[in-house]
Amino acid sequence: MITFMNNSDSEEETCNERTSLMSAESPPVPSYQDGLQASEAGEVQVHRKRRTGSSRSPNDTADGEMSDSGVPVRESTLENEEEELTLKYGAKHVIMLFVPVTLCMIVVVATIKSVRFYTEKNGQLIYTPFSEDTPSVGQRLLNSVLNTIIMISVIVVMTVFLVLLYKYRCYKFIHGWLILSSLMLLFLFTYIYLGEVLKTYNVAMDYPTLFLVIWNFGAVGMICIHWKGPLQLQQAYLIMISALMALVFIKYLPEWSAWVILGAISIYDLMAVLCPKGPLRMLVETAQERNEPIFPALIYSSAMMWTVGMAKPDTAARGPSQQTWDAAEDGRENHRSPSHTDSQMPEMRSPVPTRPTTSLEELEEEERGVKLGLGDFIFYSVLVGKAAATASGDWNTTLACFVAILIGLCLTLLLLAVFKKALPALPISITFGLVFYFSTDNLVRPFMDTLASHQLYI
Amino acid sequence: PALGLFLFTIARDPLRIIILIAGAFFWLVSLLLSSLVWFIAVKASDPRDEPLQKGLLIFGVMFSVLLQEAFRFLYYKLLRKAIEGLVALSEDGCSPISIQQMAYVAGVGFGLMSGAFSMINLLADALGPGTVGIHGDSQLYFLTSAFMTMVLIFLHTFWGILFFHGCEHQCWWEIMAVIVMHLAVSGSTFCNPLYVGSLVPSYLLMAAAAAWAYLLSGGSAQNLQRFLLCKS
Repeated sequence: MITFMNNSDSEEETCNERTSLMSAESPPVPSYQDGLQASEAGEVQVHRKRRTGSSRSPNDTADGEMSDSGVPVRESTLENEEEELTLKYGAKHVIMLFVPVTLCMIVVVATIKSVRFYTEKNGQLIYTPFSEDTPSVGQRLLNSVLNTIIMISVIVVMTVFLVLLYKYRCYKFIHGWLILSSLMLLFLFTYIYLGEVLKTYNVAMDYPTLFLVIWNFGAVGMICIHWKGPLQLQQAYLIMISALMALVFIKYLPEWSAWVILGAISIYDLMAVLCPKGPLRMLVETAQERNEPIFPALIYSSAMMWTVGMAKPDTAARGPSQQTWDAAEDGRENHRSPSHTDSQMPEMRSPVPTRPTTSLEELEEEERGVKLGLGDFIFYSVLVGKAAATASGDWNTTLACFVAILIGLCLTLLLLAVFKKALPALPISITFGLVFYFSTDNLVRPFMDTLASHQLYI
Repeated sequence: PALGLFLFTIARDPLRIIILIAGAFFWLVSLLLSSLVWFIAVKASDPRDEPLQKGLLIFGVMFSVLLQEAFRFLYYKLLRKAIEGLVALSEDGCSPISIQQMAYVAGVGFGLMSGAFSMINLLADALGPGTVGIHGDSQLYFLTSAFMTMVLIFLHTFWGILFFHGCEHQCWWEIMAVIVMHLAVSGSTFCNPLYVGSLVPSYLLMAAAAAWAYLLSGGSAQNLQRFLLCKS
């Protein structure tokens, strides 16, 4: 149990790190195409690592690319076009983010509602040592606040550690960390999850079959995430990982602590991304300054090389496949998953697709993309899952939280389009979600119940 | 059927999905506020007084209806601004989505949310074991609930179209008609479990609203005929 708990701990950390939406642009980068690509890739990597944000850098990069061609006038027109394109494709990007978030939430809610394991209280994480089984309300509140403080400080420490590692170019360390954490996540948690699901549905499975299934699942997952693989498969894996992590959180965080932690995380996210000295912001800026293609290459070297291979080499086929490619780029960028191992926060990032250095159009298509950190996924799912688990068995609350989170995401993306820089994705959505959860649970539910019992309709 | 509507007409275009979710959100907020008011009223009054509770409930329902319509109006305002923004940004000077489409999607959003809230707990309970109406209540509870929900979703869709059209052309009487219809439908549900009193008028109103919305959207009997006979 202890190891398990430790694992979970690290997960938390990861989650904390990065939930910001970032605009992947490297604003003042007058680099060549390659350089831009590299910096873009670097930025994507960074973002990924940090499990943050979404970026609209592609547009900007495209802009930069144009400027590389050496026509400053074109740049301004391009900027306008870019902006138009940003907003024009804005809806598409929003939807591309909606779908994975929705899927993750659906998986979590379905599991919570059906598998009893995740709603039982079987102990707590080592990071939340204070129990909530106290008789008085004040004591309980105090305990949850203390838990939150501990958790947040752990997260802050981890984030700073990661930033330092990145700054001092300890890439191998980070890489190894990430691999380790994703290994643990893919194998151990899946094993537990599968075991619980099978128990719930009373399906017998022998150990060899189980071993085979989990081995295949884990191996393919490792390859997909750290190397190259079909985009949709990678997305699916990232969603599953986020869901697993969220489930762990839901199980092992005591109730009040969970809500307080969610609130505190949003505030932390806000500060970490927007304050000039915030670790996340420093990370982004460092990555931007360096403009290094090396970093992603070092960290996810295999991934990068492979993704080059994955890029559509055939320019002729580019035309019809441009849309899918765009989607692929976006999707890829979306899934930055931070997975943590025990003591660190490894982040699993989806391999950043390197742009093939072909035509500008392709770059343009690729540029457009929105990236959302996996931590965001995880915390959204935690919110909805907790709503499903603890709201007095009410689907209305779950549905309300779901809509609230989606709207928060929309608003955040709108702000991203307006501000064009890294933004935290958590605060708005989580605030909406929390508000709606508490109000729906306490206010709307009695109203709807009374209406339903008299069969009145409003 | 509402889900079918969603899949066929809305799921293609991402902008519509966003408008749908935003519509659902607005309905949710209106529900929140109205239940807040009701909750306060209930807490402030005597819980043992039956008629008073019933009266408060009716008051709550009416207030909720009015609030829903108010939020529909607010949503209309927001969409107007959004359409101006979209027009400014689009390349060829015309918005990618017309106000009528928005009206339709907004209506569906409202309807879906209200339908979901009405039905989903029922459905969840229906999965479990039990007998319908064991305590002398109507046995048709689930069935009538389903029909009522469906009619309400459709009504919301049509009201959305009518409402937006009224706001566009400053036809206040259209807006008033929508509000009155909504109140009438909710009021008719007070007759439950005398289902004939609530379902029948609701369906009639829905047919009327459907025809009206269809005419407003530019259809005509001729169009309908051609569509049904599959002429080009």
